[in-house]
Amino acid sequence: MSAGMNNARMPRNVQLALAVIALAVLPFMVSAGLGNTWLRVLDFALLYVMLALGLNIVVGFAGLLDLGYIAFYAVGAYVYALLASPHFGLHWPVWAILPLGALAACGFGVVLGAPTLRLRGDYLAIVTLGFGEIVRIFMNNLNAPVNITNGPKGIASIDPIQVGGHALAQPLEIFGVTVPALVLTYYFFLALALLVMLAGLRLQNSRIGRAWAAIREDEMAAKACGINTRNIKLLAFAMGASFGGLAGGLFASFQEFVSPESFSLMESIMVLCMVVLGGMGHIPGVILGALVLTVLPEAFRHGAGPVQQAVFGQVLVDPENLRMLLFGLALVAVMLYRPSGLWPDPRHRQEFNSR
Amino acid sequence: MTALLEARNIGKRFGGVRALQAVSLTIQRGEIYGLIGPNGAGKTTFFNVLTGLYPRDEGEVIFAGSPLPLGEPHRVAQAGIARTFQNIRLFANMSARENVMVGRHARSKVGVAGAVLRSRAQREEEAAISRRADELLAYVGINARAGDLAKNLSYGDQRRLEIARALATEPQLLALDEPAAGMNATETAALRGLIVRLRDDGFTVLLIEHDIKLVMGLCDRIAVLDYGQKIADDVPAAVQRNPKVIEAYLGTTA
Repeated sequence: MSAGMNNARMPRNVQLALAVIALAVLPFMVSAGLGNTWLRVLDFALLYVMLALGLNIVVGFAGLLDLGYIAFYAVGAYVYALLASPHFGLHWPVWAILPLGALAACGFGVVLGAPTLRLRGDYLAIVTLGFGEIVRIFMNNLNAPVNITNGPKGIASIDPIQVGGHALAQPLEIFGVTVPALVLTYYFFLALALLVMLAGLRLQNSRIGRAWAAIREDEMAAKACGINTRNIKLLAFAMGASFGGLAGGLFASFQEFVSPESFSLMESIMVLCMVVLGGMGHIPGVILGALVLTVLPEAFRHGAGPVQQAVFGQVLVDPENLRMLLFGLALVAVMLYRPSGLWPDPRHRQEFNSR
Repeated sequence: MTALLEARNIGKRFGGVRALQAVSLTIQRGEIYGLIGPNGAGKTTFFNVLTGLYPRDEGEVIFAGSPLPLGEPHRVAQAGIARTFQNIRLFANMSARENVMVGRHARSKVGVAGAVLRSRAQREEEAAISRRADELLAYVGINARAGDLAKNLSYGDQRRLEIARALATEPQLLALDEPAAGMNATETAALRGLIVRLRDDGFTVLLIEHDIKLVMGLCDRIAVLDYGQKIADDVPAAVQRNPKVIEAYLGTTA
């Protein structure tokens, strides 16, 4: 049977080429078929893919439950906002700010990681949750006595990303074809998301990734194997935070506006849901989780009203309420019927079924 | 023979309980050294202090000529002491090969940048780690199970895998905490063969064991702990005749 499957399977480079074409054409199809709203959703989905992949390093690889992950997204976003907006009158180039945002988030990752090294499970979750809130509250209140973050009003008119002298917020004309701004953004985000994914895959199958997995499985045994668990855990926090910071910078430039309310606890939980629902520690699963959890709520938001109108002749339940209800039900259903995630690591799924 | 490990006056308290009192012992290079005692005598506590998992309250350990960084398990492992656990502690959801590969951690060095960029040095090191893991799996005789998750191995194979993982750290001293616990007669015989082979291949072995027959037949020297104190330290035949040891195990005659 496996031989038959191999015959039916295409060569690897053909698969790759098809995937590249599909990803390249996707935004045009979405734009033509569903409109620009959905193209925006797609761009956001890519940001969430990066966030989920970053959190997956901490939660999925190293097994450290982090409920304040969105704080690193916030740090990246604010670094971008402060260095490329009229707020301070600074307009640094993208290639300098994005790495700087990632680096700043990385620093915060270590700051969070250091005091929590002895904690695990519930206790770690509570401390990280607190950390996430502290960062948000700081952003909210750092407008006096010296105005740094502009408080709850947020920072507006953030510079859009410029690549090769062209702002991604402007459509680009190549060979007589006009590529809309949202599609340009899509390509840029996609490229970075793929880089983050590649880095994640390579880290997972390395000495570092094995050390993370060892800590997740049995920290005492990992120590006895000569692993400096303190440093390796800090590394997980730092790497995860860096990816979060990168995504944050992109978010700030894409929205052209940041305010503390974008970085609430609910967002942290959402990203954690993406990781858990997709399949903790399994990169394709985590990507799927991020895509599903970005697209599904939007589908409910846009679909619930018209569907009710068609079926009942009137809108019975506010789509916004229904959205959260259905979303919750979907989560419960997945956890009941696929407790190891939508697309878990094949080895572990096998394990689960055999039990 | 020269001393590989010299423990001096090791003491350990848990609240009011003195789990270890001034335990001193010397392990020679190339021998199989047994540590026995009734339940609760402090054998595993001594092991955990020696391998750094518990901070010690008193005493010091000289290992291969320099003081051992007690209280820091990863540095103890790097210094050359590897251990197994009484209740097997494998990385259950990793394959047997990956378990052994983790053991190579302290003897390899490629970091994040090397891993992300897949540098030449990284690929070579990975290949070497993987090769060494396969050699060690073959050495303990479970190479056929290399791809299986650790938790799916049989009990005896899990014990062997733990030894292979310990060997991957390139230890000078291999500390085995009750390796024969729960094994049947066939598995115990095979384990004895493996331990003898380890000694013949130049490893020094420290063995905690309840199976007195195994210990007496295997060890070059034996120390006996009782209530946290060393009550005997001699060759097996002498330990067997030692009245203190008999008393500790059987109680005083009325």
